Amino acid sequence: MRKRAKILKFFDEISSKPILRYSVYFSAILFFLAIILVPPILGTALKWDLMTEVFNNPELMSRALNAIGFSFGIALFVSIIDLAAGIPTAWLIARGKSRWLNVLDTLCDLPFIIPTVALGYSLLLFWNSTYGISGIFGNSLVSPGWLLVILLHFVFSFPIVVRVMVGALLDYQYVYEEAARTLGASPVAAERTVTFPILKPSLIGAFVLAFARSISETGATIVVAGTFENGAIFIANMNTPESQAQFGQGPLVFASLMLILIAVVIFAIIQLLGTKMKIPIKRMSPTFERKLSGRKVVSLRDSATLFTLFVLILIPALFVSASAFPALLDGTLNSALASEGVWQEFWQSLVLSYFIGFVATLINVVMGLPMAILIARKRLGKTVSAFFDVLVNIPIIVPSVALGVSLGLFWRNLPFIPELWLIIFAHISITYPYFVKSLTAAITRVDVEIENAARILGARPFAVFRTIIMPLVKYSFFAGAIIMFTRSVSETGATVAVAAELQTVPVLLVGWIKPLLNSDVVGMSFAVGLGCGFLILFSIIILLVLRLMIRGRGRY
Amino acid sequence: MPEVKVVGLTKTFGNGKIVAVDNVSLEVHDKEYVALVGPSGCGKTTLLRLIAGLIQPDKGEIYIDDVRVNKVPPEDRGIGFVFQTYALFPHMDVWDNVTYGPRIKALDEKKAAALGRETLEMMLLYERSDAFPHELSGGMMQRVAVARALAAGAKLLLLDEPLGALDAKIRNELRYEIRRLVKDLELTAIHVTHDQGEAMAISDRIAVMRKGKILQVGSPHELYMNPEHLFVANFIGESNFLEGYVADTKENLAKIRLRGNLIVYASNAKDRQKDERIALAVRPEALTLERGWKKAHNSIQGNIGEVSFEGTTTRYEVVLPNEDKIIVTKPSLAEEPFEVGEKVTASFQPEKSHIFPYPRRGLMEELKLE
Repeated sequence: MRKRAKILKFFDEISSKPILRYSVYFSAILFFLAIILVPPILGTALKWDLMTEVFNNPELMSRALNAIGFSFGIALFVSIIDLAAGIPTAWLIARGKSRWLNVLDTLCDLPFIIPTVALGYSLLLFWNSTYGISGIFGNSLVSPGWLLVILLHFVFSFPIVVRVMVGALLDYQYVYEEAARTLGASPVAAERTVTFPILKPSLIGAFVLAFARSISETGATIVVAGTFENGAIFIANMNTPESQAQFGQGPLVFASLMLILIAVVIFAIIQLLGTKMKIPIKRMSPTFERKLSGRKVVSLRDSATLFTLFVLILIPALFVSASAFPALLDGTLNSALASEGVWQEFWQSLVLSYFIGFVATLINVVMGLPMAILIARKRLGKTVSAFFDVLVNIPIIVPSVALGVSLGLFWRNLPFIPELWLIIFAHISITYPYFVKSLTAAITRVDVEIENAARILGARPFAVFRTIIMPLVKYSFFAGAIIMFTRSVSETGATVAVAAELQTVPVLLVGWIKPLLNSDVVGMSFAVGLGCGFLILFSIIILLVLRLMIRGRGRY
Repeated sequence: MPEVKVVGLTKTFGNGKIVAVDNVSLEVHDKEYVALVGPSGCGKTTLLRLIAGLIQPDKGEIYIDDVRVNKVPPEDRGIGFVFQTYALFPHMDVWDNVTYGPRIKALDEKKAAALGRETLEMMLLYERSDAFPHELSGGMMQRVAVARALAAGAKLLLLDEPLGALDAKIRNELRYEIRRLVKDLELTAIHVTHDQGEAMAISDRIAVMRKGKILQVGSPHELYMNPEHLFVANFIGESNFLEGYVADTKENLAKIRLRGNLIVYASNAKDRQKDERIALAVRPEALTLERGWKKAHNSIQGNIGEVSFEGTTTRYEVVLPNEDKIIVTKPSLAEEPFEVGEKVTASFQPEKSHIFPYPRRGLMEELKLE
């Protein structure tokens, strides 16, 4: 204990030296620029001349543009239905009075912690195979293709919208709505004219996150897409050795660059229009809105919300467990535990996935923390902080598969970097913003006067951080770390793009599932079910352990 | 015209564990300005929110203009509510905030604009129509909040600590402005405040609340001159409380034996009996101070313990021979100030004192504000 106190005192003491403090901030900036921001941009930008291969092949060009168009079309559609379904769900959770809503709140997070490949296979089984809902109809209800892609993207992006909107509604000062009611507005009118306009930044934020998540997703989309091709699948298809031999790297560079550019332009437009767009309070229809506020309509809305949540999201998402249970009895489990045949590869991939997730999370925590403080506390002035606050969003809005291609192209120029580190760099890039954004928001919420009070009482800067800031932002700190870890473990697109030999578990599972997709109605593989089951089980265990760790550290 | 009546109103929170409003009945007459006062957590804001329909009572009835409104939503109660934080819509400018009421009720655009202009001009805010709430001072925001409630056509104004967030000088100015407005427009107003000075200055009647109950309702003068409870005597104005027994009674006068065998006479309007344990209340401003120890009528000798100069008045703490302490306030300009340690004689007229039965839970507990 004395040694620990000595070490802490040493760090407390040296944190007073401005040169050291600023060295930490500049290291964080350098890390951000060198590892996260520049490689994804330069990777494709440096190879732009390869795009002539696509310009000279109109058929390929048209295929690429169609695929990119589908990516944005589906993302737009999914984000809209996410808001339509997510807002009433969030409303029910945040405003409802039943104790069961806590359970509902937790259930909404389930699709988020299930690795997307497992999610894709689960949906395929539910909608397409005779083991699922199609069994009732005797034929495939939803075949692999664009509709199943939409259903899939809806399932995994829905929790993001619910999470953002529940947070926003809980933070929202209800007094504004009460004021509107006392001025004569019905509940629906008050929500339309006061609540939603005030929550507009959160609505835009939820839309952007859902949109970005849809654009980025690759692994699960491949599982459910069939012959349908969107931008991410196009890139994955063009990244195979056969395609490389036939078309070269041109289509990869073209599709990645287009996805990145269009995504950046769309997000810039959303940001610009979003702040200017006003929800009109004129032209009201008091009678109609009063009817909409009625108890019957509200009950109908809540019932539809619950129906959507269970039938379109939770049951399809958890359906994979149906194929995991038979595997426990038919000997598949024994083979898996004995690491026989393909299972040896599975366990290696699983260990690799968790190792990469752990390393990427650790590096981002160490390097993201000073960046979050720098932005939240404006350590290098308002302008610099605002500048980095915008820049850290870029990896979120850039489709991960395009990011992976770009990173691959960039880092392969430096052949001494091992493949394992290429994957780690890709995961660092993709997950970094989730941690920094979450922590920045939390630190901003801590009143700076509390920090000043601690300094006046004699605490050095590092002591202020570990005794005041950290206990207050601990929840967001760990929440950010958990999101990074789960996102890394389920990441497929960028991993496929940068890896040649190594296989993370989602990549391996995509390989297992692909042969099952050859027939019209997908077959059930107990091995795949069990593999997905293991992945879900371990993810839940790790999350539970982390949550217990957070709870064990005090009341914050 | 709005008259408000609540009968046996009860509201609990936390599965009935916290009784915020406990079987309260109150009548507010048309065009009357009533203040609900009491310490923090006494239930005054809950009562106001029940009247507004922002929360539902567990028991009891609420009538506005003789119509039972228990199940009427707030938007249909014809009220204006001014919130402590003002609750100005941050995404709307002053004009949109003030005309929100008429527009949300789909009033004709021209009429809505005329109402907005009229109200803003009345509140001297028309020039700031295009300002957003964050660009206004606290006083201006408060006036916009009142203007918004008035423009919505409210005849019953409910004000929840509307001046609480303002500094003392502006608070003093605005409280008279609000009262003048309410009276000029012939509105009915219920005003929640924890500041008894504010309540006394603006209201026709005051309801003093404590622990969810209304202890006494009356005009500011009635409450000050004839408090019916120890708590009211302490909360409305200020009082010295001395413990003792009724040694003898004669007509409307009681002879009180204080601790240390000190004898004083007090008004016995409530007919206390001989040997009854009592608490004697005398207001600091009802006491006169003379230099030296004198055998004056109805007086107690003591020494000045502390002196606090408060501008208009000076506050003296007098330590009695029985070690009790009383407070005496004197106009600062009236006489030479007393010095700490100086011998003094404090006296009072019996009719300016009040006798209360000694509370079962003890004096300190009865006077506690929490």
